[in-house]
Amino acid sequence: MKYVDEFRDPDAARALVREIGTLTDRLGATKAQPVRLMEVCGGHTHSIFRYGIEGLLPKAIELVHGPGCPVCVLPMGRIDDAIAIAERPEVIFTTFGDALRVPGSTKSLMQAKADGADIRIVYSPMDALELARANPDRDVVFFGLGFETTMPSTALTVLQAEREGVDNFSVFCNHITIVPTLRAILDTPDLTIDGFIGPGHVSMVIGTAPYEFIARQYRKPMVVSGFEPLDILQSIWMVLRQFAEGRAEIENQYARVVAQGGNPAALDAVSRVYELRAFFEWRGLGSIDHSGVRFRDAYARFDAERRFAVRGVSIADPQSCQCGEVLKGVLKPWQCKVFGTACTPETPVGALMVSSEGACAAYYRYAGARAA
Amino acid sequence: MCLGIPGQIVLIDDAEKKLATVAVAGIRRQVNLACIVDNEHPVERCVGDWVLVHVGFAMARIDAAEAAETLRILAELGEAQDEIAAMGERSA
Repeated sequence: MKYVDEFRDPDAARALVREIGTLTDRLGATKAQPVRLMEVCGGHTHSIFRYGIEGLLPKAIELVHGPGCPVCVLPMGRIDDAIAIAERPEVIFTTFGDALRVPGSTKSLMQAKADGADIRIVYSPMDALELARANPDRDVVFFGLGFETTMPSTALTVLQAEREGVDNFSVFCNHITIVPTLRAILDTPDLTIDGFIGPGHVSMVIGTAPYEFIARQYRKPMVVSGFEPLDILQSIWMVLRQFAEGRAEIENQYARVVAQGGNPAALDAVSRVYELRAFFEWRGLGSIDHSGVRFRDAYARFDAERRFAVRGVSIADPQSCQCGEVLKGVLKPWQCKVFGTACTPETPVGALMVSSEGACAAYYRYAGARAA
Repeated sequence: MCLGIPGQIVLIDDAEKKLATVAVAGIRRQVNLACIVDNEHPVERCVGDWVLVHVGFAMARIDAAEAAETLRILAELGEAQDEIAAMGERSA
């Protein structure tokens, strides 16, 4: 496939791995005192495991899997709210497949579906809008999930619904923003991250400028990266080169997709429809100021939270679950008390075991033997 | 949901609604072009473009020159190593 295969070339990967080894030696990093890099995005976590990238790297490089899986960080209260909406008889509840197995306080959307709620998996919010057109006597709700990557898609779908006058369509908005979350991680007292592999597709929307504070205020390098194996290896090499040259900058490895200024049309749609919330609750990380968005008043009629008077309950994470420590890189997935025992992809306790982009599910699936 | 897939625009379905058919890894699917068109690159000129598709929306036009540049840097890295290895062999 074009723009995929050439970024998986084994010869180029070997050359990069050698360069990474040389640089790591030059930096004097060791297995006991490794260079610690956080990949922010769950898509990168998935690629890293899928292609066995950790196995290619010197032991003196440690990858910390960050909070960038929007399904994983959704708190139980929001799942309960989603189920409450989905169980209303007039509602057709539509969602990306990833969200179905996320545990709420009593059940998941999958269980609610088995109990009779009309819950349907869609590929795109536009498919949900199509369902609304086809079922004018039902209330079609789309479960709006994701960082800035998917925010424009729900905003544009709502704008389309407005243009067509579709009034039986709404979005249960759980979109979150990456920058306040990065700042919260950087402010963690026990933080031991040396640099970041930056999210490729969030950056495709917001550009690279919003990350400048990481280099200026915190003196940490970040390289915005693509998702193929060579992209990730090259980004690691670029971060190491910054260390070797004493630089802390925001660099862009993924220039074929990410423009410095982001995507103006996408940003325009987002700012027309959404505004920042005062705070948003994250599973494992707690409440983070300005880390989520909600509908502006002008679009209140498309807001499922207002349409169905959602309670907005806050429910604490299960005590046995240590997703928060794993998200911040303090614990490795297999160091969690319930990893692989009470918590597995079939019966997840913590959110990181739910989606294939979650660090725990990735370890369980691809690295179980190595971690044990 | 965060991983985009590269696809090529093969047909404009509805210029007004900015809808087009994209071929993605052998599958054809309708996607929305609103995020990748402007006055300089209107819907009509999108056929043949390579785009990154996310949840039914073309979110970026893939820049062929930038892709080539990234691959060129990678190729150079490999060539430089081959050269250094060859030098080592000659001096041995």
